[in-house]
Amino acid sequence: MEAVKENIQAYNVTALRNKFPVLNVKVNRHPLVYLDNAATTQKPESVIKALESYYKNYNANIHRGIHHLAEKATAAFEETRTEVQKFLNAAYREEIIFTKGTTESINLVASSWGRKNLKENDEVIISTMEHHSNIVPWQLICEEKKAKLKVIPISDEGELDLDTFHSLLSPKTKMVSVVHVSNSLGTINPVEEIIEMAHAAGAVVLIDGAQSTAHLKIDVARMNCDFFALSAHKVYGPTGVGVLYGKKEILEVMPPYQGGGEMIGEVKFEKTTYNELPYKFEAGTPNIAGVIAFREALFFLNANNPTLIHEHEQRLLEYATEKISALDGIRLIGRAKNKAGVISFLLNGAHPQDVGVLLDQQGIAVRTGHHCTQPLMDRFGIPGTVRASLAMYNTHEEIDLLTEALLKAKKMLL
Amino acid sequence: MIEPLSIEKIEQEIIDDFSLFDNWEEKYEYIIDMGKKLPPLDDIHKKEENIIKGCQSTVWLVAEQKDGRIYFKADSDAVIVKGLISLLIRVLSGQTATDILGTKLDFINKIGMMQHLAQTRSNGLLSMIKQMKHYALAFNTVAS
Repeated sequence: MEAVKENIQAYNVTALRNKFPVLNVKVNRHPLVYLDNAATTQKPESVIKALESYYKNYNANIHRGIHHLAEKATAAFEETRTEVQKFLNAAYREEIIFTKGTTESINLVASSWGRKNLKENDEVIISTMEHHSNIVPWQLICEEKKAKLKVIPISDEGELDLDTFHSLLSPKTKMVSVVHVSNSLGTINPVEEIIEMAHAAGAVVLIDGAQSTAHLKIDVARMNCDFFALSAHKVYGPTGVGVLYGKKEILEVMPPYQGGGEMIGEVKFEKTTYNELPYKFEAGTPNIAGVIAFREALFFLNANNPTLIHEHEQRLLEYATEKISALDGIRLIGRAKNKAGVISFLLNGAHPQDVGVLLDQQGIAVRTGHHCTQPLMDRFGIPGTVRASLAMYNTHEEIDLLTEALLKAKKMLL
Repeated sequence: MIEPLSIEKIEQEIIDDFSLFDNWEEKYEYIIDMGKKLPPLDDIHKKEENIIKGCQSTVWLVAEQKDGRIYFKADSDAVIVKGLISLLIRVLSGQTATDILGTKLDFINKIGMMQHLAQTRSNGLLSMIKQMKHYALAFNTVAS
């Protein structure tokens, strides 16, 4: 107990909140309570300053310029790559590919790896709780290659059924692509176990880390995944920047995803040769400012001690779950034993959208709807949920405000 | 036969009603109440062709023309949307095609409900207004 108290004291959430300018705004005359972090997190001052500084002081296109600004911008851009490599514990910096976001990272793999490796009657396994971004790219390539898409079912609690997963695995399985943390349920999936099982069957594994990177310690070496996809904007960084981590030996034999500048070795009309990793997969001018500023987000996370952040979010999750489920007429969707900071629920008799509108009137930002996981909503037989999702800067007081606002919404609606 | 009030007059009535509310709670309670009071659409009308699909909530809209005027019936699975629908029906149902096509529906802004029109993808309300105007246009074309 003493140790817990010490950690609570060491985690100064007020000081932390002061680093996020937007947390001071008022919404509908109420102080903003931002609980839509699974959609996107807010940005600390240092990230905003880095974006501004690039445009003010050294805006230039990267990699081929020989002038001072181009060199400075290139160095800053490449420093982020090194920082991401360290953050994910990847073996080589060229295993880090910058994309627009998780969606593009997954599309890159489905398109490039899938086109080369999938053939008729091969199988790709995903799960019931995937975001549309980890469903549709696989549907597209499976249709093209006449391969089959198999789906791991889930329990009523929202946990993957690993026995069925085991029985789905066969020599036909070429790819297993599953989410690390569910954006709708908060379930933390046992990815290490899944990866081991898939590898034993000879399959390659992609982990969708969009929802896990800001909340769990990510170690791709320990996890032993073949691909890991993430979005910077869900990790306190800018929008329009994502990462695809891939094992070097797999990336090296994959064909390019898009053609254009940067990705080429030599272009002749007869034949073009391609650049080496990671540039082979980075056609066109990237989001230079965004990538540079993403480094500040990673510094920020590290400076605040990811372990303490995780503990804080877990305490909040426990508190929020207890308070919200104590209200009459609440149905929690997603009661996995191992969860990250997502509370999805329904207020019986009320449409989630109505609840969301009335919470917004009280300054509380939540998300309502199917959260881009329609098959998952179908699994529970619901059109959508109200979702409150937590981040490092949320407080117990904000959970109290959410609970009070929910009570008011309930009184008004029912 | 009593001539129905003009669109502008009904809009003004609604604006006057809303000016009596002191806070957001009263305003939304009124809209929710309107939503609950709107007669539900018969199931036979709740078919695919009458759906105006929003990303989150669904709106059903049917229209008929009688004696040169257009009458609307509508429903939604979300009660706040339904309350706003009820206001739109109060304003537009029973009007002529020309008047429906001509109105800008300024009252929505004046009663502070514009944000619900901005949420086009989630609640289908803006699409519903467009569809009401399409009906007016279609009936107008047939009539002329």
